[in-house]
Formats: sequence, C-alpha cells, structure tokens
Amino acid sequence: MKTKVRKQLSNLVAILMCSLLFVISSYAGDRQLLLATTTSTDNTGLLDYLAPMFTKATGIELKWVATGTGKALKLGENCDADVLLVHAPTAEEKYVEQGFGINRRELMYNDFVIIGPAADPAAINKKELQLALETIRDKEALFISRGDNSGTNKKEIALWEESLSTIPEKESWYLQTGQGMLATINVAAERNGYTMTDRGTYIKYEANHKGSPPLVILVAGDKSLFNQYSVLEVNPERCPKVKNDLAKQFSDWMAGAEAQKAIDDFRLMEKQLFTPNAGR
Amino acid sequence: MDFILQGILQALELLVRGDRETYSAIVTTVKVSSCSMAASLLLGLPLGYLLGYFTFPGKNGLRLTVDTLLALPTVFIGLVVYAFLSNQGPLGNFGMLFTITGIAIGQTILALPIVIALTATAVESLDHSLRLTLISLGASQKQIFLTSLWEARLGLLVAAIAATGRVLTEVGISMMVGGNIKWHTRTITTAIALETNKGQFATGIALGLILLAMAFSVNLSLSFLRRKA
Repeated sequence: MKTKVRKQLSNLVAILMCSLLFVISSYAGDRQLLLATTTSTDNTGLLDYLAPMFTKATGIELKWVATGTGKALKLGENCDADVLLVHAPTAEEKYVEQGFGINRRELMYNDFVIIGPAADPAAINKKELQLALETIRDKEALFISRGDNSGTNKKEIALWEESLSTIPEKESWYLQTGQGMLATINVAAERNGYTMTDRGTYIKYEANHKGSPPLVILVAGDKSLFNQYSVLEVNPERCPKVKNDLAKQFSDWMAGAEAQKAIDDFRLMEKQLFTPNAGR
Repeated sequence: MDFILQGILQALELLVRGDRETYSAIVTTVKVSSCSMAASLLLGLPLGYLLGYFTFPGKNGLRLTVDTLLALPTVFIGLVVYAFLSNQGPLGNFGMLFTITGIAIGQTILALPIVIALTATAVESLDHSLRLTLISLGASQKQIFLTSLWEARLGLLVAAIAATGRVLTEVGISMMVGGNIKWHTRTITTAIALETNKGQFATGIALGLILLAMAFSVNLSLSFLRRKA
C-alpha cells in the first residue's frame, strides 16, 4: 500500500510540474515571433546565422518551423504562424489576393539548378534548359522530384509544363520523394538520377561532401530558373491573434541594411548562397 | 557505412562536450514524455482496471475498440491534435500549438490505449479466487481495488514500460504538433528526422544512440522496481 501512496504522490508532483510548464509556455510568448519558412533557409544555416542578430537588434526571439513553402503558406492560412519566408512568387501573389497574407516583400534570391551524376548518362551538361528537360524525357533518364508541393516542387512542375506541356507524373522515370531538398538530393545520388534544387541547398550539399559530391550542376543560368524569396505577414484582420507588430519588425529588419548586408556576407565554402534584393 | 562508426564517436562527443543543442533536445524529450506518461498512467490505470475487473454489456466491443486504438499511427494523432490546437481549431484559444504541452497531449492519446489495454489484461489474468477471498474477508470496494492493483503490479509495470517506449520514440506527433522548433520543441526524434533530412547521417545516428541510452536508463530504474516488488 505504501508504494501506492508514493505513486499517487509522485503522480501529483508530475501533474503540478506539467501545469507549471504549461503556464510558463503560454506566458513566455510575448516577445516571441513564429516564422514559417521553407527548408532551404533552415537547411543552409541561414536562419541560425540571422536569428541572433535579429534578437540583438529588436529584442524579439525568433522561432521558426521549417517545412516546404506549401505547408508554410497553409500554417499562415490557419493563423498558426505570424510571418512567412517563402519562395513561390505565383502562389504568394494568389495568397495575398485571397487575403491570407499582406505586405509581400522581396528579400533575396538565388537560382535553381539541375544537378545529376558527374557521368551525366543522358548528356544534358550545359544544354539549354528546355532541351535538357526534353532530353531527360526522351532518354527516360531517372528524374527525382520533391513531390511535396514546396516552392522548388512548384517551380519544377511549372518548368515541365512550359517545356513539355505536361507533367511527367506517371512516367516510370519520374520519382517523387515527398521529402525535403537535401533528402531528395540524397535519393538522386543513391539512384544515380537527376533532380532540381536551389543553389543554396546545393552548396550546403557540396559542403557536406567536403567539396566533391557525387552529383554536380549540369544546367544553370536560364532566366526561368530565378528563385525569389519573399517575406509575407499573416493577415491580422483574418487572424486577430497573430503578432503583426512583431511580424512587421521582422519584415523591416530583413529588408533593412544590416540584414541585407548579412545575407550578402553569408557564405559556405566561400560561395555566396543568397543575393539580397530588397527594395530593388 | 562509415557514418555508423562516426555516429557512435559523435554521440560520445556530443555528450561529453555538453553540446547545447543536444542537451536542449534531451531536456525537451524528458519533459514531454514525463508529462504524457504521468497523464496516461493517471487516466489509464483506473480505466484499465475498470475494463478488466468488471463485466458489463458492451465490454467486448469496448475492449475491441481499445485494442484497435493500439494501432493508431502517430502522424494521424499529430494531424488530429494539430487540427484541434490550430488557431482555427476549437482549442485554438489556449495557444498550445507548437508547445511542449501540445506534444504531451498528443502523446497521452498515443499512450492511453496501451496503458488501458495492458492494465485490463493484467487485471483480467489475476487469480479469480483473489476477489472472492477479499470479499469473504469483508474488504471494502476500495480495498479490493487497491489489492487487485497491487497483485497485478508486474503487469502494470509492463504497461508503463511499453507506453514509455512508444512515447519516447514517436516522431509524428512531435513533428506535427511541436513543429521541431529549435530550443523549444525540438525533441531527439525530430532532431534525428531533421539531421537525416539534411543528410547529416552521422549526427542522426549519434542522436539515436543517445535516445537508446535514455530508454536503457528508464528500463534500468524500472527493473529495480520490479526486483523490489
């Protein structure tokens, strides 16, 4: 019986601790800003690099959830994030039109690249983008897609549509991983296939392999491979609980001189990952 | 393959060096799982007892339901809890999304069927004459309840161990409801998922080994309990 009493007592203590935890976690949130963002800003380490500067400048603690752009937009639509940092301009403009987000502001860019095995079995190296995609289709070379409705995935689908006027979704040479960018690159490397990635994540991948990765950049430089990142505030009229004042401060700070310079200086293996272009 | 070996070395390094990110994930994991375990034991033990001890119409159906809930996928629980805790959801006002409390709620839903089902089984398998003896000795309902629980203690311990294992290792709920926010809701399992996603396999293995070590120490302390019993 004695152990039973002790157990009840320890349960009681546990409950008290849990409720305390709950109180703390619900009151600590005044100066905390929740950002929903794409995997590339997190995987490359950019946010780890910027967050302390932001906190120092504004006193706001930045918390972020890194998912694909599709889910990040959905989190904003559900009023579960205060501010968004995403990269799917067409979807973003529609999002603002629908009243989910406000004050879309362009911050920085890099570009998308098509990468593949160094041996390049379909011989697409340095081809024009359209020709490269057609060659992949004609030779039925394995292509690995994110398939997760992320910014990169939306872009890739748009490119297939433009060049082939269909999406090769059901083709046997077209695989969808449903995972993040680096995970997808790893699948492509294991399967000896091609994939499309943003340059920032590719440089991170290069750095992971100490500069000699199995997959290399084969196609780049086309105008339509431009990759714009923007910040959007979640509409406070739809979501009265979001911290719009903090979101505004984040947006202003990111577009301001300090952060733009920091983004410009951010390097991995001496390569620049993002080019700032706020207000340009 | 060599990342497995690297992982083992890195696990030791992370622990010895006192890596802040790793310790933050460990602390979060401990906080979340102790909350959810406390809640699920507190609710599950009496419910499981009732289910195992009494016969009532619909008992078999209820038993079947609880057993089915053992197969609840964690991502599904995560999704449902997210829907409830989202600011657009019915419990949105409490602001529990992306908090430790939110994850603990999800994990309680995960652990509860395990505790209930295993407790019920333990109580059911008690010697039937125990109850008759207790009644004939003039024991009160409360005394019967406590004595039965006491006699079933090894079964209850198994229930607790099984539930702890499930709670400690789940990733779907923590990811969906917690959001894997660094310094806040990043648990060891979501950290493993993230490192794997980033292609840092060695770090993932290291964190996995740390989680295993934690599970080992939990079971070690429980095995002392068992020996005492």
